[in-house]
Amino acid sequence: MIFQDILFYFFSAILIASALGVITMRNPVNSALLLVLSFVTCAGLWLLLEAEFLAITLVLVYVGAVMVLFLFVVMMLDINLDRLREGFWKWFPFGAMIALVMVVEISMVLMGRYFGHEEMPIPEPKGTDYSNTKELGRLIYTEYVYAFELAAVLLLVAMIAAIALTLRHREDKKSTNPSKQVKVRKEDRIRIVNMPTEKKE
Amino acid sequence: MESIQQQFVEILGAEWGFMMFSLATNMTFIFAIVVPLLLGVAYLTFAERKIIAYMQIRVGPNRVTFFGIPWLRGWGQPIADAVKAIMKEIIIPTSANKFLFILAPVLTIMPALAAWAVIPFSPELVLADINAGLLYILAMTSMGIYGIIIAGWASNSKYAFIGAMRSAAQVVSYELAMGFALVCVLMMSQSLNLGDIVNGQQGNSLLNWYLIPLFPMFLVYLISGVAETNRAPFDVAEGESEIVAGFHVDYSGMAFTVFFLAEYSNMILVATLTSIMFLGGWLPPIDIAPFTLIPGFIWLLLKIAFILFFFLWFRATFPRYRYDQIMRLGWKIFIPITLVWIVLLGAIMQLPESIRNVFPLNIWF
Repeated sequence: MIFQDILFYFFSAILIASALGVITMRNPVNSALLLVLSFVTCAGLWLLLEAEFLAITLVLVYVGAVMVLFLFVVMMLDINLDRLREGFWKWFPFGAMIALVMVVEISMVLMGRYFGHEEMPIPEPKGTDYSNTKELGRLIYTEYVYAFELAAVLLLVAMIAAIALTLRHREDKKSTNPSKQVKVRKEDRIRIVNMPTEKKE
Repeated sequence: MESIQQQFVEILGAEWGFMMFSLATNMTFIFAIVVPLLLGVAYLTFAERKIIAYMQIRVGPNRVTFFGIPWLRGWGQPIADAVKAIMKEIIIPTSANKFLFILAPVLTIMPALAAWAVIPFSPELVLADINAGLLYILAMTSMGIYGIIIAGWASNSKYAFIGAMRSAAQVVSYELAMGFALVCVLMMSQSLNLGDIVNGQQGNSLLNWYLIPLFPMFLVYLISGVAETNRAPFDVAEGESEIVAGFHVDYSGMAFTVFFLAEYSNMILVATLTSIMFLGGWLPPIDIAPFTLIPGFIWLLLKIAFILFFFLWFRATFPRYRYDQIMRLGWKIFIPITLVWIVLLGAIMQLPESIRNVFPLNIWF
């Protein structure tokens, strides 16, 4: 499958380049946009793995909603780059440790031969009528329903907490209530009086 | 087709020949979709100006014609506008971020055109018949927002930035209501494939269309679609009277025209999706002789034109919404309605067969 290989290397090259760009760009807006690009190329790679539901959901959720808000915030920030670089050496050992763990993890995947990964058979390619979405939905709502519900409750709690933390009630706030405005009738507001015409003196 | 494929295989070998053949056929299909679409956009602008003009008791464009033919007066207007736009200079503001400034219109038009890949025009006529078609459309339309925010930011101008922020918040909020309305559709059809969604509405007449059981969702989807494309009465992102023209205030010539093209092709896309998901796509309204003789493609076009007329009608009729009321409509009215409808639909789907059949108006199943 030489055509698939070409696609894989094409996407991988863009993914690596854009991921490098995310951490090296000086302008945070450029970084955020490169992160969007790496999400999209990552979705392309997932499509090659026949995970079309996850690939499209990645674009829909991360590119379409999360990164929009991210970009939104980054654009409005007035970031001082010198202040950002101040703590670089202080945090360097911590970052290096995370990088080391990631390198070990990736090498375990890449050098799978030495860890016996080759004993896992390569999954069979599915037919065209196989729907990824249906299978995922079936699994989530039957076998993994408790884990799924737990994750949903966690997200709900986080959402309510975020709203509760940021919601401030102001006493002097002036706002209109459209349903009240719509309910207003002519009789409540104006009074038509019948005045006798005045005589010219 | 077969013989052409054989020739490809003979010249380039088995594997590459097939790949190149599918590439060539797909490119042909893409051109066959995009060229009529852009022509449709050009004449939609003409239709908009004419229809709104007649609604306001004016005449509209009535000068430019082809080869001096008198009864075609006005029909040359979109072509003349396009030629004018191409001739104009693209001005790049000195303090703008040049790369992103040029990239923004490209990012706006790309998803607007790419979403058309999965649209079925008739039972056989579809470029990519993928299983997750509806999800693909949602993903593509949600990417359109990037062009707008990048344009607003890269222009380095206050009005453009305000327009971009308004637009981003509005599109992200209405996307939720839109997505939930579509969840109802896919609960009914039990498929994400757009062709299957249309086939699910097959029956004897328009009573089988999802329009009737999902009527509130139809309204929510249509209104969210208007808000999503930043059209009047939700066009606060452009708001001529407050922030000049919003995010594209600094754009000129072809760069501006590309934004314009994207907006109108998004309009046509929303109209197409509405007709596919609620109005039965290529299906005729009644399955009897004179209606079934007309090809499905014509029916789809008629439905699209019908929905597009609503877009123009809204623009001529309603005053612009206030921004806080746009947010209120999206979050406090549409999302609760759609959530209630999803629960209701799920409950009906879970009823046992015997009870469902007793339902007095069994429009759901």
